[in-house]
Amino acid sequence: MDAQTGLFYAFAAVLLVAAFKVITARNPVHAALYLVLAFFQASALWILLKAEFLAITLVLVYVGAVMVLFLFVVMMLDINLDGVRKGFWQHFPLAAAAGTLIALEMSAVLMGGFRLGEPPKAAAVVGQAVVELSNTKELGKLLYSQYLYPLEVAAVILLVAIIAAIALTLRERKDSKHIDPADQIRVKRADRVRLVKVNPTMAAPLPQDAPDEEKKA
Amino acid sequence: MITLGHFLALGAMLFAMSVIGIFLNRKNLIVLLMAIELMLLAVNMNFVAFSYYLNDMAGQVFVFFILTVAAAESAIGLAILVLLFRNKSSINVDELNTLKG
Repeated sequence: MDAQTGLFYAFAAVLLVAAFKVITARNPVHAALYLVLAFFQASALWILLKAEFLAITLVLVYVGAVMVLFLFVVMMLDINLDGVRKGFWQHFPLAAAAGTLIALEMSAVLMGGFRLGEPPKAAAVVGQAVVELSNTKELGKLLYSQYLYPLEVAAVILLVAIIAAIALTLRERKDSKHIDPADQIRVKRADRVRLVKVNPTMAAPLPQDAPDEEKKA
Repeated sequence: MITLGHFLALGAMLFAMSVIGIFLNRKNLIVLLMAIELMLLAVNMNFVAFSYYLNDMAGQVFVFFILTVAAAESAIGLAILVLLFRNKSSINVDELNTLKG
């Protein structure tokens, strides 16, 4: 057993334990932190697979952004844990059956005529490895040539996500003196000016009423 | 020697575990979202493993796009979750029956 195999088993074991803790942790904050651990282990495994760029992206994007967002939300919301945890193990038989079914199906695919166990031969040639492009450069060349159009679509999806997330959670302050420019432009004369018809002559109030008013005041 | 089968088995176990997690945490919306993230991680693991063992970069490009879409999905999902909690003061999935006819 070489070092890579040992590392694979170590990372895989911690990954599976972390995944198990994510789905069974009582506190959602603990679940989020275990998910961070799982992402780190997966990133280490991807480095074993020589996918450095994706491994670093996983840590930067997932651990740095998505999981921090998760933690923010979990800590911001005041969750009633007892109500959420009630009947937690009630559906475990069904869940275990579905999980084993999926695992068995996948292992059936793996066992039945799936023979791709050889690592790439190019990696064995040490002399050529120096000339080879780095993983990041290779991925970048592919992304910006063959997959340029999907890349643009992905950028648009991210933009839509930003706008949607902001628009969903935006709340206007009640005490804000902010004026909407669109409303200002759309204002009409009729909204601001009211023409009042006043008689040129008006009957003066009766003199005996005035003292009464003063007394009341 | 680690083979492709090792990584595929790991991905399968991870995926099965997150399916179990979705069944168990069917009341807690936050942990449901986390289980979906784990599922995507399992799928990405398979993609990267295939990319390495078949010597084809297309798998890693796929993972790149999956990561992008998953980040967008979780951002919108959490925004909806915050909105939901503001209106209902609860994230229990059982109470989300407003659309029931």
